Amino acid sequence: MTPAWVVRRIGLYVLVAVVLAFFAVPVLWLASAPFDARPGLGLRWPDWTFANVATTFRHPYAVTSLVNSVLLCVVATAVTTVSAALAAYSLSRVRIPGRDALLYLLLLLSSVVTGTAAMVPIFVLMLQLGLIDSRFGTALVIAGGMLPAAIFILKDFVDSVPRSYEESARVFGASPGQVLGHVVLPVARPGVATILVWSFVNAWGNFLLPFLLLRDVGKQPAAVLLRTLQDEGGSADLAVIPVFSLLYSIPVVVLYLFVSKRYGFRFHGGIKS
Amino acid sequence: MAGLGVARAVGFVAPALLLVGVFLVFPALWTLYIGVTDYQLTGPAAAAPSAVGLDNFAAVLDDALFTNSLWLTALFVLGSAVVGQNALGFALAWLLRRVRPWLRRTTEGLVLLAWILPGPVVAYLWFAVLSRDGGTLGLLLDDPTTAWLVQYPMVSLVVFNVWRGTAFSMLLYTSALAAVPPSQLETARLVGANGWQAVRDVVFPHIRGHVLTNTLLISLWTANDFTPFLLTAGGPNHESEVLPVLIYRQALEGGRLGYASAMSSLLLVGNLVVALVYLRLLRRRA
Repeated sequence: MTPAWVVRRIGLYVLVAVVLAFFAVPVLWLASAPFDARPGLGLRWPDWTFANVATTFRHPYAVTSLVNSVLLCVVATAVTTVSAALAAYSLSRVRIPGRDALLYLLLLLSSVVTGTAAMVPIFVLMLQLGLIDSRFGTALVIAGGMLPAAIFILKDFVDSVPRSYEESARVFGASPGQVLGHVVLPVARPGVATILVWSFVNAWGNFLLPFLLLRDVGKQPAAVLLRTLQDEGGSADLAVIPVFSLLYSIPVVVLYLFVSKRYGFRFHGGIKS
Repeated sequence: MAGLGVARAVGFVAPALLLVGVFLVFPALWTLYIGVTDYQLTGPAAAAPSAVGLDNFAAVLDDALFTNSLWLTALFVLGSAVVGQNALGFALAWLLRRVRPWLRRTTEGLVLLAWILPGPVVAYLWFAVLSRDGGTLGLLLDDPTTAWLVQYPMVSLVVFNVWRGTAFSMLLYTSALAAVPPSQLETARLVGANGWQAVRDVVFPHIRGHVLTNTLLISLWTANDFTPFLLTAGGPNHESEVLPVLIYRQALEGGRLGYASAMSSLLLVGNLVVALVYLRLLRRRA
């Protein structure tokens, strides 16, 4: 333990402490302000109360918007996972002419055509289809944006399922649908779980598309309502915003904990888009 | 054919391709088309837009708001992604190898939390930190007069995005560092190399490919990120109007759909170039 070593060690821990504070301070507000009798924007030790929770549940749109979020996410996640699983299986097992080009194109699309770059045509498309204010339509748009990456990630998982399993199933007379449902998907379950969680988290946090496509406040998800609450300002909303932010955050945190516990936080390049 | 006929295989792919086609490919192509028309959200040009050739593009490139926005976007990407997230992500991956496991897990957990929380929530959290009305930063510095988001909007956005997105780089570099042979690091230590020299001469050659691909990816995401809209909405007076925010304001607030589409087309082309380079690099590595 030379003095230089001690100094370096102290330096290391000071540095880590600073980084820790940088990442912790903004989030701590989410733990204190919801339960503070006099919530403010600054971080402070709260005068504990649960009154804000009751206030939030009485807010005319808070619960509705969370229900809308669930609706959007469930539809978008289900559509993404089911159609990505079907496509990934097919692309993994059959050599359709031009398959590699198609996969390359999908990978390219998933990163190039972002919601930001395509917001005008998406808005005009939905306007002309009369699907503005349609939660189902919005969910489909969100699913369309997530699909290329989902197919790509799932195909990796399906590629790793040994074909001999399927062949045995087929020898016993299983149909292609049964092979997929009873053999391939159970084996590729970590992949399916990854896609489920990934698409749910992505759709849950998506702000731009519902903001563009859902104008009726009764149909807007939590992502958009939070913005509306912030815009309206006023001190009354500080009873609602913290609790609402917390409620809105809990599902993704729970999902993340579940995944990292069950499967380990596996790393997939480009998983977040 | 592995028991899955071509017809059924195509049938399996069809729903996905239909959705991707309608909501991704078609909008991308349509952006290019709307970009050469005078399409408006309201008024006569809304009902019957007419083609104006490359007029929009010429006007866009001549527009002070666009060049301002391009410059701000470059600043945003360079400051928060290329430098900020890259450096902090690597520093965390490198330093956390040598601290106690509980501290390592706590730090990683918090960095990941910043990444997985919904965008509108993290935007509000930072709005609360930076606000003049009793915001946390003002309290910490005992400076209740500075409205950080108004007086330093771009710095605020850069710091915010470093906080928001460092997790990805940290994860990527953590897994990249695991592939550096420990024996080489040990040798470097024995010949008396300090930490920085070890990183430069031993680690960097191993992870060069990762640095490049990581930089491209996070740059692409940052350039297309709409979250700045939630923090500053481009203001004050266009001082933080990065490209996604400018496109939104031109299209939906200004109603100039054709004009905004020309800007979107330029963003699409930019994305395409970055993505092509990225895929080429990935392929070469594989």
